[in-house]
Amino acid sequence: MELFDLRGHRQHADRAFRWGALGAAAVVLVVLALIAITMTDRARPVLGEMGLDFFTTTKWSVPTNTYGALGFIYGTLYTALIAISLAVPISFGVALFITQVAPRPLRKLLVYVIDLLAVVPSVVFGLWGLLVMAPALGLHASFFTAGIILAIMITPIITSLSREVIETTPATDKEAALALGATRWEMITATVWPHSKGGLVGAVMLGLGRAMGETIAATLVIGNTVNITASPFAPGYSMPTVIANEFGEAEPLHKSALIALAVTLFVITIAVNLVATWVVQRSMRRSGGK
Amino acid sequence: MNRFGWVHTTAVGISAVLALTTGCKKKEEGATGGTGATGDGPVTLNASGATFQKAAQEVAIEAFTKAHKQIKINYGGGGSGKGRKEFADQVVDYACADAPYKGDDAKSVKGGEFFYIPNLLGAITVSYKLDGADKLQLSAETLAKIFQREIKKWNDAAIAADNPDAKLPETDIVVVRRAEGSGTTENFTKYLGLAAGGAWKLGSGSSVEWPGDTQAGNGNGGVADIVLKTNGAIGYVDLSDAKAKGLTWAAVKNQAGKYVMPTAGSVTAAGDGIEVNDQLLFSALNAKGDAAYPITAQSWCLVYAKQADKAKGNAVKAYFRYLVTDAQKLLSEIDFAPIPKALQDKALAQIEKIQVP
Repeated sequence: MELFDLRGHRQHADRAFRWGALGAAAVVLVVLALIAITMTDRARPVLGEMGLDFFTTTKWSVPTNTYGALGFIYGTLYTALIAISLAVPISFGVALFITQVAPRPLRKLLVYVIDLLAVVPSVVFGLWGLLVMAPALGLHASFFTAGIILAIMITPIITSLSREVIETTPATDKEAALALGATRWEMITATVWPHSKGGLVGAVMLGLGRAMGETIAATLVIGNTVNITASPFAPGYSMPTVIANEFGEAEPLHKSALIALAVTLFVITIAVNLVATWVVQRSMRRSGGK
Repeated sequence: MNRFGWVHTTAVGISAVLALTTGCKKKEEGATGGTGATGDGPVTLNASGATFQKAAQEVAIEAFTKAHKQIKINYGGGGSGKGRKEFADQVVDYACADAPYKGDDAKSVKGGEFFYIPNLLGAITVSYKLDGADKLQLSAETLAKIFQREIKKWNDAAIAADNPDAKLPETDIVVVRRAEGSGTTENFTKYLGLAAGGAWKLGSGSSVEWPGDTQAGNGNGGVADIVLKTNGAIGYVDLSDAKAKGLTWAAVKNQAGKYVMPTAGSVTAAGDGIEVNDQLLFSALNAKGDAAYPITAQSWCLVYAKQADKAKGNAVKAYFRYLVTDAQKLLSEIDFAPIPKALQDKALAQIEKIQVP
């Protein structure tokens, strides 16, 4: 009798858990959908006014109500590219050092320090970049200065995730490689890399997403001026920073243009993630891996 | 009956005590008449608007609420545009702005008739950082050419002509301006339009189309930070922020042909020659007079003529009286200047017209 009750109770809990978990998952999707719908709706006035010119022109002039987003799209992608190029080699290097090379006490210290770096608020990085780093390096606010600060900000994330991915390489694989006479580097390229490739791309994509979306730190060091130029030392502007700077004072059409920028950023981020997923899956199929 | 009588006497007693205490405090503050106690219960006023006069609002609010403990005032800042919008939508009890509503915008004001109450004058400095030069003076034409990127080096002939005694280095000029729409930008560009004549080509407004090789900071403080850390930088920053950040600023040539530094005195001098219209609107920019600092901006606080709430209405009225009388004496300590006495009287007359139910 008691056993029966207990089982009934347990089934009850099980069902509650299933619905609870489903609800939590649904909330995320519903919120995402609502955001997408309202934002797209609010972006419509400017798209009606500007048409495709919104995406292909660079003139962003509040006084004349002309809004072209290309300069901000360029700035966002350019700074994110600089950040990723600087952060990825460092992050992978640190992750490999921690997992493959460092002695155990140093390993713990490094993990701790890097995780600490991840919790520093972004405005602190931005102010440090503006007031300390840029003057010390003789840099003005520019794509490059913003790229360095973003690189510093995304390094902890990429490092932490890659470290965890790399650590899942089976010890038997690594030992087998070493037993066959591989050097440490050969062991890494032969076992760790193929095993972790997908996870590493995922880590980079998360870092890229953060770099593209970063607002406060970027606005302090990017220069806040629309420019499309290959020179990394020119001042630039990115989508999140212009939204933060101009939203408070924006008139209706201007506000719509800023929301359209947010939608664009949203779409670009999703596109980057989809491409990344596709790259990962394709490379896995080719290598016949997991 | 007895019960009511008791309540009545107590109430009278309390208000008498209140009146007495506020009366005493008023004397302590050195205040005379005008700002009287409201006698209502605790009131909170919410306001937003110009960051240009945020420091002045904070000082005035602190002194005023010390004398009127039942009133609490929150001035949120956020910019002149935000202030005008929130005032129009009746989100705030009053707002402050460096420029009045433009064109049809005044029609969007939902609470009916309202007054512009001028409450201060302040300087916009032309701050710079240039190793090897610390006493620069600049004319409006030179400023116009610098800010629209026609002059790109500090040793340019036009700058040298303004500064015959200075040794100017061949440093690149870095122009720093505001990233967001701002009343400071509006007043600065208006000044260039007025004073530089045809030389200024970017027009004027709360945001203009700056050249691509300029830098932008958010807020007066953001511009100040970039100027402070960049050799060769020049930007426009209000005097109190420039002073707080330890910047260096230039003397600017006024209409009379004199190079004048921004000080409480030269800003007051700029206020002497202003022409005020019936709405109490005016411009102190490019003022006449030998001692006037030419980039002197003005700011107003906006208040509804018909207040909907008795307690709030009384509090707003008392605070506004204070703003144009005793608060004027606090301004020079924080690097602003009072409005001329004649204008104070006009503003006070306007405030007396505010109707409280």
